[in-house]
Amino acid sequence: MNLLASLPLYPLLSFLVLISFGKRLSWAVASWLSVGAMGLSALCSMLLVAQLSTSEVNVITSHLWQWFSVGSAKVNVSFYLDALSAVMILVVTGVGFLIHLFAAIYMKSDENFTRFMAYMNLFIVAMLVLVLADNLVLLYLGWEGVGLCSFLLIGFWYQEKNNVLAARKAFIVTRIGDTAMAIGLFLLFKSLSSLNIVEINQLAQTSETFSLSIANNEASDAYWAALLLLGGAVGKSAQLPLQTWLPDAMAGPTPVSALIHAATMVTAGVYLIARMNGVFIMAPEVMTYVAWLGAITLLLAGVAALAQTDIKRVLAYSTMSQIGYMMLALGAGAWSAGVFHLMTHAFFKALLFLTAGAVILALHHQQNLFKMGGLLKKLPFESALFFIGLACLVALPGTSGFFSKEAIIASLWLSPTAGASLWWCAILGALLTSIYSCRLFFLAFLGEQRFPKDLVISDHLETNHLLRGALVVLALLSLFGGLFTIDLSTVLPLSNESELSPGWLHAVAIITPFIGIAFSWFYFKRYRSRDIISLNESQSSWLVFCRNGLGFDVIYRFLLVKPYCFITQLNRRDLFDQLIMLSAWYVEIWRDVLSASQNGRLRWFAGTFGLSLVGLILVVIL
Amino acid sequence: MTDIPLAHVLILSSLLFTIGFVGVVVRKNTLFMLMSLEVMLNAVGVAFIGAGSVWQEADGQIMFMLILTLAAAEVAVGLALLIRMQRRYRTLDIDVLSKMKG
Repeated sequence: MNLLASLPLYPLLSFLVLISFGKRLSWAVASWLSVGAMGLSALCSMLLVAQLSTSEVNVITSHLWQWFSVGSAKVNVSFYLDALSAVMILVVTGVGFLIHLFAAIYMKSDENFTRFMAYMNLFIVAMLVLVLADNLVLLYLGWEGVGLCSFLLIGFWYQEKNNVLAARKAFIVTRIGDTAMAIGLFLLFKSLSSLNIVEINQLAQTSETFSLSIANNEASDAYWAALLLLGGAVGKSAQLPLQTWLPDAMAGPTPVSALIHAATMVTAGVYLIARMNGVFIMAPEVMTYVAWLGAITLLLAGVAALAQTDIKRVLAYSTMSQIGYMMLALGAGAWSAGVFHLMTHAFFKALLFLTAGAVILALHHQQNLFKMGGLLKKLPFESALFFIGLACLVALPGTSGFFSKEAIIASLWLSPTAGASLWWCAILGALLTSIYSCRLFFLAFLGEQRFPKDLVISDHLETNHLLRGALVVLALLSLFGGLFTIDLSTVLPLSNESELSPGWLHAVAIITPFIGIAFSWFYFKRYRSRDIISLNESQSSWLVFCRNGLGFDVIYRFLLVKPYCFITQLNRRDLFDQLIMLSAWYVEIWRDVLSASQNGRLRWFAGTFGLSLVGLILVVIL
Repeated sequence: MTDIPLAHVLILSSLLFTIGFVGVVVRKNTLFMLMSLEVMLNAVGVAFIGAGSVWQEADGQIMFMLILTLAAAEVAVGLALLIRMQRRYRTLDIDVLSKMKG
């Protein structure tokens, strides 16, 4: 058993123990077990990355066993670690460890604590399988595994109906994307007769038939495969047509939002596209779609974030818009910039979510921004951390978000698949980001406190050094994570040189966040003023429209959900069920006949016995 | 002594058997059912005796003695059950005992 294969093993063992013993484990045992397993995993992944960066080879593989074989293609359970998956395992286990640590304290008083930690561990297992898989089938297994854990954890407090509905929505909406992805896998297998990721990436470039269209008007296999894979990525990463599940997913506990819906799972779509870069390069049209999808999501989510009143929903929309940036980078061919932003975003968004969780807990589960205010005095430590997170989010110079976002924006102008219009979208997105971040900070931390004065801020969080330690480490990572240089050139194709673009582009990109901050400093003056005791959210129809996610939910309800429910209502007594029920009906008739014959009368028994004997003898004789 | 043809013996035997069978099926009184059973057994006995005398073999008579013993045993058990039934249900109507319903 080598180091790579043992990486998902620790959380798996911890999951098995936790789920089997359940509530019989005390808090101390359960948290030591789950957090310890994560710590081991994080250590292992650091060792592996160190090994990877020092050794001559660019790849570490570990073959466990053969899963099944289709024709000539073998599907193995084997792991593959290169620079791209190294970044991912560092994020998954490193940030995952810190969030586990936070969660162990945050969820301490929950009666289902062990179940929670078990699901969290299972999620890490699935995510590691997704990231390390060397073939698409194993990747798909992890892909579905994280979807399952997301479902379980969103609906963790299942006693409330809204949580269950949110969990169901997340599951069904992502399943649409997953189906597209599964069809994409079949198509790839059909045209390239391989499921191994490395082989597919090579074959896609060398195979002559793959990228050629068969007839003149038909699109090539590469086009369709890339489009279907994009469908999967869009579902998982909450991009445009399938983004509606992410804001609702905030119904889950805050550590879940931090781990699954900000740092790791939602970036799986970005990882998938980066991983399958060989296929996407062969389909430049799809690359353009990726870029445009990312850009539109980025802007729409930014606008929606401006109108939210729930602190977690602001962060959810901001996650969507940041993933839009990553998609934009991938679509523009700036692969490593997209992955870099994935990493830094994982750091600062996890920090933001966890700090928001600490604030929410301190205010006794108050999530409404309009009922916060003045927290800078009450919770100075959390405020400072939140400020750091927001600074990274708006990409103030020097923070990690600055490096990654600038790398993305710089690559857009001259990219063959993106272009100047997308560059302007990205700039506009940066402006929106800084405005909603300022609004969030003003509302929550500045101004006069708008919650009851006698509300005791629970102090078991305040005094906990471990919890603060986790937050501080995340804050340091967010600030200095931009200094990690990861060499992805062995895995991902190089992006085009950004030095050729005009110099004023950089200046504009750097200045934009400050413009946003200055604008909101005056525009949201009301929010930071100390004189206004109570604030009410505006009820103008435009704001309500934005608050409800720009009407996508309504459109989907009328276009998809209602007709579907109508059809199911019509077909309530399922037609195909009735066909199957025919055989049951046949059996039922004979049951009735036979049980009627067993009437318990001795004379009847004797008579039938004698007569059937006579009948039998007659049959034998004749 | 004139020989009786086997066919006549068998006709008598099957007539008796049918009467007994009909009696078992038709009568409700358990005592009469037992008696009809005896008739059926004796019908078989007649067939054995007849066959034995036609073929000049002792087997037929031996089988009859076996049947006689069996009938005695059966009647003993049957009458015992009959008495229990009378004690318990105060009737000999066999249709009362219909608990073995499917």
